Amino acid sequence: MLRKIRILLSVVVMVLVTLMFLDFSGAIKAHLHWLAHTQLVPALLACNAIAIAVLVAITLIFGRIYCSVICPLGIMQDLVAWLSGKRKKNRYNYSPAKSWLRYSMLAVMIIAFIAGIHSLVALLDPYSTYGVIATSMMQPVYMWINNGLAAIAQHYESYAFYSTDVWLKSLPTLVVAVAMTCMLAVLAWRGGRTYCNTICPVGTVLAQLARFSWLKIHFDESKCKNCNLCSKGCKASCIDVKNHKVDYTRCVTCGNCLEKCNFGALTYSHPKKEKSAPNDTTDATQGRRAVIAGAAVLGAHAALAQAKKKVDGGLAAIEEKQPPQRSTPVLPPGALSANNLSTRCTACQLCVSGCDNNVLRPSGNLITLMQPEMSFERGYCRPECNKCAQVCPTGAIAHIGLDEKVSTQVGHAVWIKKNCVVITDGVACGNCARHCPSGAIEMVPLDPNDEESPFVPAVNTEKCTGCGACEYLCPARPFAAIYVEGHEQHRTL
Amino acid sequence: MGKDKIFNRRTFLKALGLGGATAAAPAVVSCVTGDKQASTQEPPVGKMTYRKNLKGEQVSILGYGMMRLPTVGDQGSAREEKDAEIDQEMVNKQIDYAIEHGVNYFDTSPAYCKGLSERALGIALARHKRSEFYVATKLSNFAPETWSYEASVEMFNNSLKELQVDYIDYMLLHGIGMGDDGMKCLDERYLNNGVLDFLLEQRENGKIRYLGFSYHGDIQAYDYLLENHDKYKWDFVQIELNYLDWKHANEINPRNTNAEYLYGELVKRNIPAVIMEPLLGGRLSKLPDALARKLLERDPEHSVASWAFRYAGTWPNVLTVLSGMTYMEHLKDNLLTYCPLQPLDDEEMRFLEEIGNQLAEYNTVPCNDCKYCMPCPYGIDIPAVFTHYNKCLSEGNVPRSTASPTFAQERRAFLVGYDRSVPRLRQADHCIGCNQCSSHCPQRINIPREMHRIAQYVDNLKQQKFNDEKES
Repeated sequence: MLRKIRILLSVVVMVLVTLMFLDFSGAIKAHLHWLAHTQLVPALLACNAIAIAVLVAITLIFGRIYCSVICPLGIMQDLVAWLSGKRKKNRYNYSPAKSWLRYSMLAVMIIAFIAGIHSLVALLDPYSTYGVIATSMMQPVYMWINNGLAAIAQHYESYAFYSTDVWLKSLPTLVVAVAMTCMLAVLAWRGGRTYCNTICPVGTVLAQLARFSWLKIHFDESKCKNCNLCSKGCKASCIDVKNHKVDYTRCVTCGNCLEKCNFGALTYSHPKKEKSAPNDTTDATQGRRAVIAGAAVLGAHAALAQAKKKVDGGLAAIEEKQPPQRSTPVLPPGALSANNLSTRCTACQLCVSGCDNNVLRPSGNLITLMQPEMSFERGYCRPECNKCAQVCPTGAIAHIGLDEKVSTQVGHAVWIKKNCVVITDGVACGNCARHCPSGAIEMVPLDPNDEESPFVPAVNTEKCTGCGACEYLCPARPFAAIYVEGHEQHRTL
Repeated sequence: MGKDKIFNRRTFLKALGLGGATAAAPAVVSCVTGDKQASTQEPPVGKMTYRKNLKGEQVSILGYGMMRLPTVGDQGSAREEKDAEIDQEMVNKQIDYAIEHGVNYFDTSPAYCKGLSERALGIALARHKRSEFYVATKLSNFAPETWSYEASVEMFNNSLKELQVDYIDYMLLHGIGMGDDGMKCLDERYLNNGVLDFLLEQRENGKIRYLGFSYHGDIQAYDYLLENHDKYKWDFVQIELNYLDWKHANEINPRNTNAEYLYGELVKRNIPAVIMEPLLGGRLSKLPDALARKLLERDPEHSVASWAFRYAGTWPNVLTVLSGMTYMEHLKDNLLTYCPLQPLDDEEMRFLEEIGNQLAEYNTVPCNDCKYCMPCPYGIDIPAVFTHYNKCLSEGNVPRSTASPTFAQERRAFLVGYDRSVPRLRQADHCIGCNQCSSHCPQRINIPREMHRIAQYVDNLKQQKFNDEKES
């Protein structure tokens, strides 16, 4: 019974959390983003007392049920283990806990957090690992399917689906996603919950609470025939049949053993007496080496042969825009400051996966690896959108409203004279000024003493919010003639 | 226009009685012979209506325009892929079909279809006897680099080569009145450099059989060439005529002239008119739903487009009506209309005039998707933006108020459709206003201004903000 409830709940959670990550339109995210708030690391980073209290209470009552039905990464491993179990049943064995490894991983995460090595924290957080996998590997597939449906819808003149751009947002993030998937798949295929009980710091923290949980699996020694079936079916390898003991720090309350036991020797209930004695041994752990080459999509543009005579039709090739060298990265409105974002962000990619203006992408910087930053080759941070702020579970992007968003200065525009088409092509332009939502750009004569001289943009940095409209709409390619420099500290204008 | 309306409907109807074309009119009933028919969609062979030119040669009332040729892999929607090459096999097939059904006038230009139209037409026509068709092309010396005598002559000779012919049947000065200053352009392109004299010479020695000009834009240039008709002896003139432009061209864009005046000037001098844009680049076949319904109610068996073709063909001084038929369906539908032509009666003319009045109220951008403005050096797909905007106007998907109960639905249709029709980097917001396009526009649209207006509208639509906008 426990197992069936667990499976049902986990399937529901898994589907919903995955959908939450896959959605790019914001329609599903708007209804499901609360799921992200139930995750332990985001709750801790957001100082979300209610979520933390509920999770602690759940663990103190039911044990590590969090790992079985709330953590998407845990459920993903169960899925792999279930597939593996189809080939070979009863393949697990009891093994003593590898406590030294667990505690050192927990220590590594805490030290990394304090030392500000945010990329390491992100790598160790199971929720963000799942986010990275879902966003980098599953979302493109989801989008392709959507685009297929959009093409069909278009054929029938329906607007039910619209096509979206699928593009490689960050190669390092894709590499991490593929590497983590491979490692997790191998570990789960062979040993069930190995990752959760040796590496995952969240598992280790919850383990300490689960020792004292109200409900636990325990043996009725009088009924047990020492058949070992429970232990062989335990993906956490935590049932020591010889001593009739269960390692509650590793038990994820999956209920498999309860169904395996033919003699009713195992029960999930409040224990009368309590003992626990885990011991140490070693087992080889998986290294984290993986090199995956991601495929870069390069649009090959055939240059238009331009004859001398004027001919009609055809489209000029559009050279792909390259991001400029920003001395300070531009962070989304609501990030408050570079420090706030980097400390609180667990790099779960929820904001990146939901940015339908194609502005946010994971950082490639080693320290802030996979945390969101903005760039404007494919769109700009539009005034009517604050989706990233709506979904962020950690408060790394504060939940600011639209009014506040449009008056938040996240950076300022900088003009690069030698790129400007007014200079290079000798044409009138002013597209940056025309589209600046805050009216921070004015077109002024290049030579102040000559009203006839070409008009070039001048940025009033006090009014500029750094939304990137100018950079996106600048016709200069591959490098825009006006670009946004980020600010370490955001402020309200 | 302040010009006197020398040609009203009454005189037209008188002329109609005299016009030879009406003789064919009763034949149209032949398709209803009492027996049940297998199909009404197959045009009959040997029923084409013909008009006579000044020398009495028979020209089919349907002329094949080669400006909108089919391309390989064309799905009709993904504009990005429309850069594909011309589908020669399809061109051959359609031209064979057209000739088989009596079409004998084929109109091209060295500028059409990225400069590939003449060659495609030449290949297709080379498979037919020279006596089976008349070919019309133009001296499209638009670029200042081609204004010299030598370059223009070279362009003419190249047309002969591309078309694989020894002589051109109908030769046109191309786009008279275009450019920022129509008269100056005319001087530079044809008069000062002796190019017109060259063409007159060629008419003398038979390399050109008939000489005319096509006109868009500055009325001074039109009037000038007609005032000198005694000197140049125009054999035909190509003008834009349809039931919208007849009375509304000037109202829609003050820089343009009503077809009523243009046509009247030709009748005065007995110069046959070749009609272009009878369908306004498809805008008269994709009418707003409400107007399309009116036409279909009156005649459920014929297409919306057929009305526009009958309208153009009804004018007796019209030699041929050009249609850029991209698809076989276009060709068949037009053949059904013209095999033979059933001219509009007085009441039907009034009805269409009323449709034209109502259509003028829709404020569509008068773009006919001719692509003369293209390629935009900054990558904008100008005609695609206008086409989408016009389509949404006709379908009622250009919401102006968030209070409307169907606002969300219309907004989605506009925005999703916009991204479908035009890739984001080619949309109106990327127009920098360099204005290199406007002088190429035969409709004399102020393209940057329209682009910026549409970009502003899209931005408002995205933000659902409509306080500062009043559409002109």
